[in-house]
Amino acid sequence: MSGLLEEMTRKALKANVPLSVQLDLTYRCNERCVHCYLDHDDHGEMTTAEIKHLLNEMAEAGVFILTLSGGEIFLRKDFFELLEYARRTLMFCVKLKTNAIMIREREAARIRDLGVESVQISIYSHRPEVHDAITLVPGSLKRSLDAVRFLKSQGLRVIVANVLMTQNMQDYPAVRALAAELGVECTLDPTITPMMDGDRSVLGLGVDQNALRQVFRDASLVGDVEEYCAVSTNPDEDALENLPCSAGHTSCYVSPYGDVYPCVQFPLPTGNVRKRRFIDIWRHSDAMNDVRSIRLKDLTTCTSCSHVTSCTRCPGLAFLEGNMRGPSSQDCEKSFIRTGVPSANMLAKKRAGAGQNPGQAHLGHPSLVQIRVLPPSAGTSAAGAIA
Amino acid sequence: MSRLYVARNPRVAARSLDGEMMIMSGRDSTLFTLNKTATILWQSADGTTPLDEIVEHRICQEFEVEPAEALHDAETLARELASHDIIQISEEPIPQRNPAAGEAR
Repeated sequence: MSGLLEEMTRKALKANVPLSVQLDLTYRCNERCVHCYLDHDDHGEMTTAEIKHLLNEMAEAGVFILTLSGGEIFLRKDFFELLEYARRTLMFCVKLKTNAIMIREREAARIRDLGVESVQISIYSHRPEVHDAITLVPGSLKRSLDAVRFLKSQGLRVIVANVLMTQNMQDYPAVRALAAELGVECTLDPTITPMMDGDRSVLGLGVDQNALRQVFRDASLVGDVEEYCAVSTNPDEDALENLPCSAGHTSCYVSPYGDVYPCVQFPLPTGNVRKRRFIDIWRHSDAMNDVRSIRLKDLTTCTSCSHVTSCTRCPGLAFLEGNMRGPSSQDCEKSFIRTGVPSANMLAKKRAGAGQNPGQAHLGHPSLVQIRVLPPSAGTSAAGAIA
Repeated sequence: MSRLYVARNPRVAARSLDGEMMIMSGRDSTLFTLNKTATILWQSADGTTPLDEIVEHRICQEFEVEPAEALHDAETLARELASHDIIQISEEPIPQRNPAAGEAR
């Protein structure tokens, strides 16, 4: 993050402004990625008029960075109408997330003309037999890479997103090399998110500990391996006053149905823009304010963990395990693999006899969380979302 | 003396945060923040109002400053903003597809 953006983020935090929002325009998709956490049916997407109204409200609320994602955004027939409205009329900084298989020269030129900041495209492998086996769409790698070239030729900033799974783990160096050859950025993400209905079976697709250890010790990815894998020193009191992440503080997520959540990976219902103004949900939702109240010192278990200040703990994943103030086992595992030191959560489970050797344990997941329809009245407590 | 016209570049992103205008360049995603004078200039840059009128009606109303000095400073500022592709400047009016964009927020 640039220094100025950090400064503006601090200012937004102080003024309680949602600086950044991800808006999923649809959950429909033309790929069927094996690890995807979404159900791809349309359960009543917002109309064009509803989305424009929401965009107006978000601009009024001070939203600056608008990430349009899905599902596949180009499946919305009104996509360019919405994009033009967001850019030309409301002047959002717009980022797109797409599989890009519907982007040809004409679409790339239009995206460039509308001044989109960046386009993130999922590429799972440089090999069609691997990529297409993940998307379940034959020919999808070729189409996505063609799109990368069309967008790049327009001078657009393109980011290749490489989600790591058992199926494609060995291919990430070649994907990075391909991105470099195409002149685009590349990000790696080893996180597999549970399905939105709470089903955790997709987590089995995630890379194993040995593979993740290899990633964490790849100097071309992490820089100084020794420093990256070091155990953090004991945090002081000031560090424990820090926020767990930006979710609900300067950013949030809106689903195609108008539901507002702290983050795309944090499915705690806080309100619906069809029933309540966006800014009122942001400022006054009990659930959003509950999320906002949490500091590192408030985390059960994690506060006493040696990884507390360096862990990538995701409050959304913790929420999906049943307690947004609790640990996220996936991140515990990452911290352990990175440093070799078991997390406080892993040790507690071991003591309780719930786990095995922390180095080999498959971490238990006590309860599942379902996304439920919002109750008629605005504002939902955290407990209300737990099935 | 020819008049100068200024127009917001439609390729930038812009938002007012707590009274301060954030602008992201459409050229290289560089982030800028505008001071109060530059914010007034940005908000007034509709492509059809000459810079001297913006200075007279907006900037001199806001600040206690001599019009000639204010115009000189505003021209310098406008050229600097144009060098970052934040606004466009011309000695002719600049047609805008959506002149109200970015004005209010």
